[in-house]
Amino acid sequence: MNDTLAGLLQVALLLVLLAACRAPLGDWMATVFTTQRHWRVEALIYRVVRVDPSSGQRWPVYAAGVLGFSFVSIVLLYLLQRLQPLLPASFDRGSVGPATAFNTAISFVTNTNWQSYVPEQTLGNTVQMAGLTVQNVLSAAVGIAVAVALVRGFVASNTDRIGNFWVDLTRAVVRIMLPFAFVAAVLLLVMGVTMSLRSGADVGGTTFPLAPTASQEAVKQLGTNGGGIFNANSAHPFENPNALSNLFEIFLMLVIPVSLTRTFGTMVGNRRQGSVLLAVMGGLWAIMLTLAWLAETHPTGAAGIAAGAMEGKETRFGIPSSILFGVSTTGTSTGAVNSLHDSWSGGAGGVTLLDMLLGEVAPGGVGAGLYGLLVLAIIAVFLAGLMVGRTPEYLGKKLGRREVTAAAVSILVMPTVVLVGAGLAIALPGTLDALNNDSAHGFSEVLYAYASAANNNGSAFAGMTVTSDFFQSTLGIAMLLGRFVPILAVLALAGSLARQRRVETDPGTLATDKPLFGVLVAGTVVLVAALTFFPALALGPIAEALA
Amino acid sequence: MFTTLRRQAGTGLAVLIVFTVLCGLVYPLLVWGVSRIPGLSATAEGQGPVPVVAVDPVAADAAADPYFHTRPSVASLPASGGSNKAQDSVDLLTVVSQRRALIAQREDVAPAAVPADAVAASASGLDPDISPGYAALQTVRVVRVTGLSENRVQQLVADATDGRILGFLGEPTVNVPELNAAIAAATTSRQE
Repeated sequence: MNDTLAGLLQVALLLVLLAACRAPLGDWMATVFTTQRHWRVEALIYRVVRVDPSSGQRWPVYAAGVLGFSFVSIVLLYLLQRLQPLLPASFDRGSVGPATAFNTAISFVTNTNWQSYVPEQTLGNTVQMAGLTVQNVLSAAVGIAVAVALVRGFVASNTDRIGNFWVDLTRAVVRIMLPFAFVAAVLLLVMGVTMSLRSGADVGGTTFPLAPTASQEAVKQLGTNGGGIFNANSAHPFENPNALSNLFEIFLMLVIPVSLTRTFGTMVGNRRQGSVLLAVMGGLWAIMLTLAWLAETHPTGAAGIAAGAMEGKETRFGIPSSILFGVSTTGTSTGAVNSLHDSWSGGAGGVTLLDMLLGEVAPGGVGAGLYGLLVLAIIAVFLAGLMVGRTPEYLGKKLGRREVTAAAVSILVMPTVVLVGAGLAIALPGTLDALNNDSAHGFSEVLYAYASAANNNGSAFAGMTVTSDFFQSTLGIAMLLGRFVPILAVLALAGSLARQRRVETDPGTLATDKPLFGVLVAGTVVLVAALTFFPALALGPIAEALA
Repeated sequence: MFTTLRRQAGTGLAVLIVFTVLCGLVYPLLVWGVSRIPGLSATAEGQGPVPVVAVDPVAADAAADPYFHTRPSVASLPASGGSNKAQDSVDLLTVVSQRRALIAQREDVAPAAVPADAVAASASGLDPDISPGYAALQTVRVVRVTGLSENRVQQLVADATDGRILGFLGEPTVNVPELNAAIAAATTSRQE
């Protein structure tokens, strides 16, 4: 079978699997967040932590829950790393340095999973399991909770309550993340992924580090986290041993973001609203995949041509399976890699960068993808309203000054952080020494780092040395701002939407469940990113691809 | 505002402790328990039916090298990793050219005959697989050095080759440690 046909069949199988899961999983998640009934284990948790599950929260309280929870999570994860020598099963891997521990704690709590350390030499089992696996589950659950709170804002009417964060978080963990991650982990075990509490295995006379891989791999992909338990991430044969596990890992990172569009449609009582968002996500993903595939199979760099674009790729994956993984990991906020993006061609590497700079909505992270695209949809409705000169409405809610301001704040944070961060870094003399490549590609490494941090992606043009205090701290701050400012804006938006009464639609209302609206939203996504980032992209990947 | 934040953080700490037990101990240990099932436990410990990680074997005598070689690795073994060099990197072009010349000399072929995966470092640095093309290139030398028949070696290469899963997933691969073990066994039994 020829390579292109095999690659296309693989894409087709992935789409069939996603299509089969979207409705049942999406509707299940809608039930999870609308039912009044508590599971027994949840009721027990509420009693232990002394939360009244029947009380709704106003948006500032909900937001305080998100921030307070994330703050204590960062502190605990920092302490676990610093105190590693005192923890069991740490294999003498020592205390993690303060700058790395700071960066890593923020990275895993913000669902970024940027890694400035070599995991198999730095972390033992306790930090991996009780620290990182935990945040792999929880940061994803926080993302789902925030997305659901925003959807509730559209559904609710004349109330100042948008749900209870602790209930949403608990249900996201107990009913979604943990059961599905467990099933996924068992399937990964069957496919040959490792799972060991030992420090290493002797294979052919060499001792290779081992780790509790399968449990973390499942949730790393399912929760669009992306932090590898090994340095090579999903390129490591212990994490991703064959083409079947590879396809399954790609499926895992896409399935929740895709299904959440169904959850949204079901919750607002018009499934076509969700289908339109899915079409936008899917369309962008397909365009990115096509562009990257074309670029990588037609490399322009002399070294790339000489090495057949195989530098930094695994034999079992080749080009198509590496591209499919890379476009999916940067279109979601995962950031896991099964090949080294730094070694992709100028054009294909540029596509992964652009995928993040679009705001990660193709199809975006767990929860973050849905609320990110809803914010862009609000901007699209607002633009359409400006064109015809009437107050814009979306899903029966008027979009006034407060709503549009919140949406604008939410989408402006990421570009600000990326451009200021990358600009500052490139202006500093030390940065040139940290780069692994020269000229345009060196600039791309810096731009990629801040794009990845501010979008909570976590993948890297990994040749760049990011262990200096400057990079550890500024990238850490970029992750914090890129995560929590949009979350605050989105929750404020949810609060002000919930307070409104629904307005009746009339023939002049923009139909947001029609293909035309999908085109408008996709256009908005591309336009916002293009206007903001074209100059920066021209200096990096575009210059490299045209050279 | 700060009172709310402090109160919510307090609840957050309690929730975090509960979930650390649930997600950080119960969940991974349950998965570990499943991995102890016979049939899963070997691969779970990195001891699959065939090795999934490999380090390139070094021949005692370079002039009589009996091994099939893996792809280049730039990892700090046994930790994993790759070069992260860009496709327009001059450094990478130099290294690739050097690798090509060395392999062409070792296999006694024209440099143009050396396939891409032979000169490109893998992402993990532990890649046990090579392309069927690179295996075919090395077959002539292995036949000469081991004294095995060409048919025999080609048969062993075929045994160590996996096609695409389901016919379309991934790429065809030849597992190098599995192949070298088979070659060594065949060589030993022939000499006895």
